[in-house]
Amino acid sequence: MKPSLRITAVLAAVLAVCLAAAVVTATRADQARPAATLEAVLYIPSPAMLKRMSLGYTGLLADIYWTRAVQYFGARHVVRSRHYELLAPLLDITAQLDPHLTAAYEFGSVFLTQPPPNGAGDPDAAIRLVQYGIQHNPGDWRLYYNLGFIYSMEKKDYLAAAQAFAQGSKVPNAHPFLKILAARMAERGGDVETARLLWTTTYETSKDPQIKANAISHLRALQVDEVVPKLEEVVRQYTLRAGHDPQNWADLVRAGYLPGIPLDPVGHPYKLASGGQVEVAVPDDLPFITKGLPPGVQASEKPKL
Amino acid sequence: MNRVASIASNTFREAVRDRVLYNLIGFALLMVGASLLVGQISIGIERNVVINLGLTAVSLFGLVIAVFIGIGLVSKEIEKKTLYTILSRPVRRWEFILGKFGGLVATLVVNTFFMALGIFAAVFYLAHHFEHADAYLLVALYFIILQFVLITALALLFSAFSSPLLSAVFAFALFIIGTFAQDLRGFAAMVHGVPGWIAIAAAYVVPNFAALNVISTVAHDQPIAGSLVLYNTLYVLLYSAAAVAGAMLIFEHRNLK
Amino acid sequence: MPAIETFGLEKTYTVGFWRKRPRCALRPLNLAVEEGEVFGYLGPNGAGKTTTLKLLMGLVYPTAGSARILGLPVNDPRVKAQIGFLPEQPYFYDYLTARELLEYYAQLSAVEARDRSRRVDAVLNRVGLNDVGGVQLRKFSKGMLQRVGIAQAILHDPKLVFLDEPMSGLDPIGRREVRDLMESLKQEGKTIFFSTHILSDAEALCDRVAILHKGELRSIGVIADLTSSVRGKVEVMWQGSVIPPGVRSLTAECHQTGEMARAIIAEDQLDSTIDALRRANLKLISVTPVRATLEDYFVEKLSPAEVAAR
Repeated sequence: MKPSLRITAVLAAVLAVCLAAAVVTATRADQARPAATLEAVLYIPSPAMLKRMSLGYTGLLADIYWTRAVQYFGARHVVRSRHYELLAPLLDITAQLDPHLTAAYEFGSVFLTQPPPNGAGDPDAAIRLVQYGIQHNPGDWRLYYNLGFIYSMEKKDYLAAAQAFAQGSKVPNAHPFLKILAARMAERGGDVETARLLWTTTYETSKDPQIKANAISHLRALQVDEVVPKLEEVVRQYTLRAGHDPQNWADLVRAGYLPGIPLDPVGHPYKLASGGQVEVAVPDDLPFITKGLPPGVQASEKPKL
Repeated sequence: MNRVASIASNTFREAVRDRVLYNLIGFALLMVGASLLVGQISIGIERNVVINLGLTAVSLFGLVIAVFIGIGLVSKEIEKKTLYTILSRPVRRWEFILGKFGGLVATLVVNTFFMALGIFAAVFYLAHHFEHADAYLLVALYFIILQFVLITALALLFSAFSSPLLSAVFAFALFIIGTFAQDLRGFAAMVHGVPGWIAIAAAYVVPNFAALNVISTVAHDQPIAGSLVLYNTLYVLLYSAAAVAGAMLIFEHRNLK
Repeated sequence: MPAIETFGLEKTYTVGFWRKRPRCALRPLNLAVEEGEVFGYLGPNGAGKTTTLKLLMGLVYPTAGSARILGLPVNDPRVKAQIGFLPEQPYFYDYLTARELLEYYAQLSAVEARDRSRRVDAVLNRVGLNDVGGVQLRKFSKGMLQRVGIAQAILHDPKLVFLDEPMSGLDPIGRREVRDLMESLKQEGKTIFFSTHILSDAEALCDRVAILHKGELRSIGVIADLTSSVRGKVEVMWQGSVIPPGVRSLTAECHQTGEMARAIIAEDQLDSTIDALRRANLKLISVTPVRATLEDYFVEKLSPAEVAAR
């Protein structure tokens, strides 16, 4: 009168085995699929269509796509990828779904613009994105700042940058630096000091930790780019006077050329290489530097091991 | 009117004792809690995410509840023949419909209240104090309740003459089309001649759900125009009255099987 | 003024989706039931009894004709306040308890708030459900639901009570209790209109009956008058355990118990039966007339051809 024990045991075993096998097969199937299609499947190209499908819940969908964009970039950045093709479309969708999500414009202004592996390397896409943002949020001074930033940093179009900063400075509650930056652009657009000012402003005014970290990296790079030629000049002076290359930093310290062993912004001592070259100890810790790179290492290119 | 109130309170009691309701509320509250977690991933826009996710959850879950209970309001009673012993009493048919409508709307308002508590708790947790902009949330919630009133009236209308399955399909379809009301009007403006007239008629007859969704605006701490509040209230009252009157009309002439 | 009166009350359904075929559920019905009567509405399944009740309750609208209850149109709320209805195989809100359901119905029937509790308790007691007043209806058996149905029908002390198959689903004890209840309602002077296909119940309770078949009223009247028109039957008992072929060919109703046998034959077959017994040398014990039952009348009324077609 009771349910059969044997049948119960057999069915339970069949269930467990089939389920386990199905799970294993699924993971194999995923591995067999090319990685690009995996991600491509995850988003739908047309923002207009997406907007329709959202049934009016555009705010939430924009948040979802924003999260996706951040994670897409972060996941690839960690492995020093050089390909960020989906970043611009994802940010475009986010902006079209919710034009007031200003975090997206700021993110795009930095990480769409910078060259790989630190960004998508597409400043024009970034400009279009931020201009769309300005169109829908004309009272947000940050967006003008972002726009000017792109023009000056990557496009080296100091006139356009000046115009953007000037427009932004007219917005009520604008950060006072905008006026200053507008003026600097006109005079000394390509200056290191200007760059330092821009990155410092970005660091101070952004709330996004990723953007802040990025700004610090840039500031450090600026410091290295300044210090390395100066150190190399000191070494040259020593070689001229002493008649031979210095062996190490201690020689230079003893000779009174330097107060102490020079450290790079992340705390490692600079390396004194042959031929009077000064190099950084760990180039990977200092992205964006253009000076002090060991021979054979190109700027911002060596993949992480 | 006492009879209508009796029927309404009985409808409310029925909804409250339906266990499905609790699962849905629980799920919605879970969403609100989840929004706090999600906010931590989406840096810089936590408040935006909490409000978007929270209000969207309230809106969507309430919609599902409204439709799933609404479609059975009349058809279930006819199917189960519970109506026989009700209508043999001095209850007019239209009173029955009105009572059912009132009961479900009351249920949804109470639901929304509890879910709103969840959202306000989450928002408070983020900022550790209430801001002036939090008051706009109340407007968004009021519009969500208006949305429920409208969809309930529609579900009730369909329930008066259609099977539950078809009623659900119609109700959801009208909701989806209603969110495109804007696009429909734009499309109608572009088409000329007789098709244009038909399109315009359709565009205005379709319930305007798009105007009731201010979630994204409120998520950016922007206020809602008083004129919109007034317009939406009037619109929903009138449209719902029409739908409920339609339900009463159909029900009045119906032969019960 | 009759309590219930119909004037050519008719209902035709159109069946089918494309080619609509009419199905006549009730042919024009003219009927009158007096106040205080217990009126039985009889007929085989599908005869139109429930249709008639639904028309009287205003649940369906007639294709033609009309009906009045207590002199007023059927849908008048004043009428509804005076009637109680027990539908066939009733189903109630299963999430409510018996007491909650009856309180709800009492509200709808405009029972005064201060009287409600008392009335509900009284009626629960009367149908024998006072122990389970707080139990949810989804836990009730069929018989218990039937009792709840009766309870809600009499809760507001209506003048007329309409019952559709009140004995359905009840065990013999339950049926006896319902019969007793209906008797006591009659004592209270209520008019009872009830439909059933169990003739013995009707026979026990009704003053008058109507017989419906295929939507048409076949006959109506006092039971005694109706049955008296049926050819009488006679019960013949004799000693011995044998049933002579002469008797068996006359009737199928032959029984044999122990040392005696008996047969029920038509009155006009009496002589041939006695002859058959004498020929078989069997000793006659008794000849007793058997009163015609309503069933006999029923079967006779619905002509053999139609009974076979059913």
